[in-house]
Amino acid sequence: MSVPKNLMYTASHEWVEIDGDKMKIGLTEHASEQLGDLVFINLPEVGDQVEAEGSFGDVESVKAVSDIISPATGEVSAVNDAALDSPGDVNGDPYGVWLAEISNVTAKRELLTPEEYEKLLEEEA
Amino acid sequence: MEQKTPLYDCHLAAKGKIVPFAGFLLPVQYEAGVIAEHMAVREKAGLFDVSHMAEMTLCGKDAMANVQMLVTNQCGNMVDGQVKYTTMCYENGTTVDDLLVYKTDEEHILLVVNAANHEKDVEWIRSHLFGDVEFKDISDDVAQVALQGPKSLDIIRKLADESTLPTKYYTFVPKCTVAGKECLVSRTGYTGEFGYEIYCAPADAAHIWNALLEAGKEFGLLPCGLGCRDTLRFEAGMPLYGHEMDDTITPIEAGLGFCVKMKKPDFIGKKALEERGEVTRKMCTLKVTGRGIAREHQDVYVGDKKVGFTCSGTHCPYLKGAYATAIVDLPYNAVDTKVEVDVRGRRVEAVVVATPIYNRA
Repeated sequence: MSVPKNLMYTASHEWVEIDGDKMKIGLTEHASEQLGDLVFINLPEVGDQVEAEGSFGDVESVKAVSDIISPATGEVSAVNDAALDSPGDVNGDPYGVWLAEISNVTAKRELLTPEEYEKLLEEEA
Repeated sequence: MEQKTPLYDCHLAAKGKIVPFAGFLLPVQYEAGVIAEHMAVREKAGLFDVSHMAEMTLCGKDAMANVQMLVTNQCGNMVDGQVKYTTMCYENGTTVDDLLVYKTDEEHILLVVNAANHEKDVEWIRSHLFGDVEFKDISDDVAQVALQGPKSLDIIRKLADESTLPTKYYTFVPKCTVAGKECLVSRTGYTGEFGYEIYCAPADAAHIWNALLEAGKEFGLLPCGLGCRDTLRFEAGMPLYGHEMDDTITPIEAGLGFCVKMKKPDFIGKKALEERGEVTRKMCTLKVTGRGIAREHQDVYVGDKKVGFTCSGTHCPYLKGAYATAIVDLPYNAVDTKVEVDVRGRRVEAVVVATPIYNRA
């Protein structure tokens, strides 16, 4: 299971790429494997306010629905339309396909380092 | 504690993702994933472990008379070697289960019922027997694999004498040899594709499974899990007990009127179905036209009026869209009716389309 060193992670299996006061978020390889083939992604729209720990949207595989939990409080500044159009791309390249970007971040969830996230995966296995 | 089927170790070897289902540990998918497995069955072939299904036999002079009282379909005209799909009703006309009736001859009949209803069905049938009949629950002595998809014949004929196999849809041969083992083989399935269901002794199941997988390699056969079993049956318009029908829904409401023969002299539930008269709600299929996927047990609206609820709902891999079945009040079941489904608090647009949504070419 790959856990890139340049990203931060949440306990609910989102990855976060931090760039100043912006954050790109996506699903980890573990999340994409657990969900199976993704067929639908529901995301907020650009301009929406989101809250740390709040529901950010949801992803659906053929069988399951899972919430995406927002890693931060802020404003959605970009949404990856390509991911919305072909959710299966997330399964093929979970760290290459981001879902949305949050700007003007004012509060963050507790984020895990790659080492801490690897440890979490071991504990859950 | 869930039971393992005789193929449990085969599933682990094929890296199946095991989940509990109807009291059994079964693979929901293998490495290929639900969509690839679904497409394999539509375009090539897939192999399923369906050993969880429950089998029971009725033997004796009054075997057929008992079947005729228990089930809603007309079985009196069945020929030896025929299979018939039917429902079984409670006295009040709602549904005990749907099942397959295999007629070996007038005095030897096999019933195949849903695993989830196994104990309930055994009790129901046992408590309604009459006359000269011996009833046996043989589920523990029977394993079953389903070979489904257009390449099924190419695969099975490598392991069996083709002339001994059943050819017509919904027929069976009680004793065939597949991969050197004695089996009952029927031309049936739960996918909407050409295929076979193979019943065998539990001790022979792994041998037959492995032989079929090996024989099917050159044809693109994949082992298939419960995930695609559900999406395949759904696409093919086949109902699932606990979804499209249950003990609150009559078979007629479930759109299964074709297997309720009101002209039969009698069957359990007939009187209640007569008294209920014309149905006021009925099963239909919805195509989700808005963004999202409708799932089971979500409310269906026309404007502000709640007109029904969804029974099953998923993304259909072959049709590449989201669909749901729903029981809605008449006349909102009419094709082209625009409705909305409450998907976790969000209204999503959908439209009634003809059932089934997939038909084998």
